[in-house]
Amino acid sequence: MRIGVPRALFYYMYYPFWKTFFEALGHEVILSSPTNKKILKDGLEFAVDDACLPVKVFHGHIVDLIEKVDVLFIPRIISIEPGEFICPKFLGLPDMVKSSIPDLPPIIDSNLSVYKNRKGLIEHAKSIGTDLGHSSKLILKAYKIASTKFNSYKKFQISHEKLPLDSGQKSFFDSNSSYFSRHKNKCLGENTLNVLLLGHPYNIYDNYISMNLITKLQKNGIKVITPEIIPVKNISAGAKNLKKRLFWTLGKNIIGSTYYYMDCGKALDGIIHLASFGCGPDSIVGELLERKLSRNRLVPFLRINIDEHSGEEGFNTRLEAFIDVIEGRRRN
Amino acid sequence: MKVTFPHMGNLYIPLRTFFENLGAEVVVPPLSSKRTLEIGCKYSPEFACLPLKVTLGNFIEALEMGADTIVMAGGVGPCRFGYYAEVQREILKDLGYDFDMIVLEPPQGHFWDLIKKFKYITNKKSFKEIYLAGKLAWKKIILLDRLEKMVNRIRAVELEKGKTDKAYKKALNLISNARDEQELAFARQQIAKEISSIKKAKERNLLKVGLVGEIYTLLEPFVNFNIEKQLGELGVLVERSIYISQWVRENLLPSFMKSKEPEVLAKLAEPYIPCFVGGHGRESVAQIVSYAKQGFDGVIHLLPLTCMPEIVAKSVLPMVSKIHSIPVMTFVLDEHSAETGLRTRLEAFVDLIRERKEEKEFGVLSGD
Repeated sequence: MRIGVPRALFYYMYYPFWKTFFEALGHEVILSSPTNKKILKDGLEFAVDDACLPVKVFHGHIVDLIEKVDVLFIPRIISIEPGEFICPKFLGLPDMVKSSIPDLPPIIDSNLSVYKNRKGLIEHAKSIGTDLGHSSKLILKAYKIASTKFNSYKKFQISHEKLPLDSGQKSFFDSNSSYFSRHKNKCLGENTLNVLLLGHPYNIYDNYISMNLITKLQKNGIKVITPEIIPVKNISAGAKNLKKRLFWTLGKNIIGSTYYYMDCGKALDGIIHLASFGCGPDSIVGELLERKLSRNRLVPFLRINIDEHSGEEGFNTRLEAFIDVIEGRRRN
Repeated sequence: MKVTFPHMGNLYIPLRTFFENLGAEVVVPPLSSKRTLEIGCKYSPEFACLPLKVTLGNFIEALEMGADTIVMAGGVGPCRFGYYAEVQREILKDLGYDFDMIVLEPPQGHFWDLIKKFKYITNKKSFKEIYLAGKLAWKKIILLDRLEKMVNRIRAVELEKGKTDKAYKKALNLISNARDEQELAFARQQIAKEISSIKKAKERNLLKVGLVGEIYTLLEPFVNFNIEKQLGELGVLVERSIYISQWVRENLLPSFMKSKEPEVLAKLAEPYIPCFVGGHGRESVAQIVSYAKQGFDGVIHLLPLTCMPEIVAKSVLPMVSKIHSIPVMTFVLDEHSAETGLRTRLEAFVDLIRERKEEKEFGVLSGD
């Protein structure tokens, strides 16, 4: 069966698992095209007005897949870390899509929740497998293959500081799988500028939404650090500085990474926070971040809000000014 | 210690009673106003939702009046409300205020934690004293809820315009000033007398509209432009889906004391939103289905701009509205909302449902 996976939202975290799992079950995984003008336009047309940019874009990816697949995969992601949530919109994502887009193929909307414990991922796999009509023996086998690959990919991502960035049509996972375990990240010299790029993976790694932010930074000789390549234990250590535990995983990653770098005396030349307009969690997280950073004024901070009307020119100007600032500081 | 808390509709009445009966000095912030909103917005993050901004304004106004201890509710997500207090504390700190902030987290198995915090606020009063103060406050909440329900029914049919609201104001004062249960019982009788003396028109085809949505925008008349009163003035009987007593039951009581009612209700939303989506998103949908089944003529859905759970609800509303054949109108509220715009849309909505109702009845008469 051809299973459609939208190249949006949690694709940037879970694709290695989903792809391996579906293929182990003997299905073909069809990925939607990288975000483009048409996908954005379709997303704007179908999604509810009040949704944020990444959710609208997700709707566009669904439209892109409708004609090409037998089944659509729209998991209901509730929690990806024990005791934590993600944005409420993910909890209702399959419902939003079903009521907004007509003539959809069958949908697999299995829950993914590790809120109670990490076994949630097996449950997730079982529920997908059962929906596809496989025996539990085969499902378990496929799960083992997929979770092993997924875990080693996550380790590889951190140890090689490999950002989940697609290159052209190829997904980040496919283009990396040949490197897997032998590729070593270029060891950058002392003079490289280090920038901590904060934001939800589906915003910062989507080249269309982020207007190639990562590539633009890298072209300027900047080493981009994101929460995805920071070891989990460091993020948790950083997040401990909060008075109250933050209950959104992505928000915790943002705040935790910042605190970790600020408090452990790691050299940073700048921090960028990319958020989408109307993002609920980021309105809170961004505020805490800005207040923390503006109190000690040690690192230049750039906050960018994006929405469907963002123009690339203004974006570039702000980015260039920011790069000038951090380069100037380094020279002095 | 001078205790203060945020406004949400009439919540200040039982809260003041509770803290005063425990011997704390209470500073009730001025009722939310344009000024509250202005200062709240000035210092809040731009994309935060409206309740954060208005309650921040409440806190600043209370601190200006000399309050030094803020009592605020917390939460465990995924709705933003659970992190309000953390952000508001940082903002107020940066503004240079000197205060203590006590956050009452929902007692997920930590009911004693809540009692401990009350003990701290109230200077180590005994459990019994806390219980007694809580009991009176709770009785006030129940009476307030009942009063609001009555007023929303009568306003639509009052013969003398404004009579109901006069009685309502008087009743609020009576409840607010009652110092013990005896006085509250007396107030209850007074109120019943007052309300029953309002002359009512005999209206057979009264329009019925349900109000659903995010709790703060439903309960705080300042941010929803007193929508219940406005609908009443348009001759519409209003029923609101959330009352303070429900919120307290769901959020502050230990789980074994909770009623099963919300779970039963949530079942109604299953075909559209089968699982919890934070806040009252799923409940809003369930309430609409429930109103449709009860034969209401329309539903109004309120939410603050960028409210995550209600956006999920909003996206399935067209389907719910179509399947259950009930008109639903959504109002998204923020600091730029204007009363005139809301009024115009309300009038249009009421016209629409009135026409629809007449058509239906005409259909029945002519045997269609």
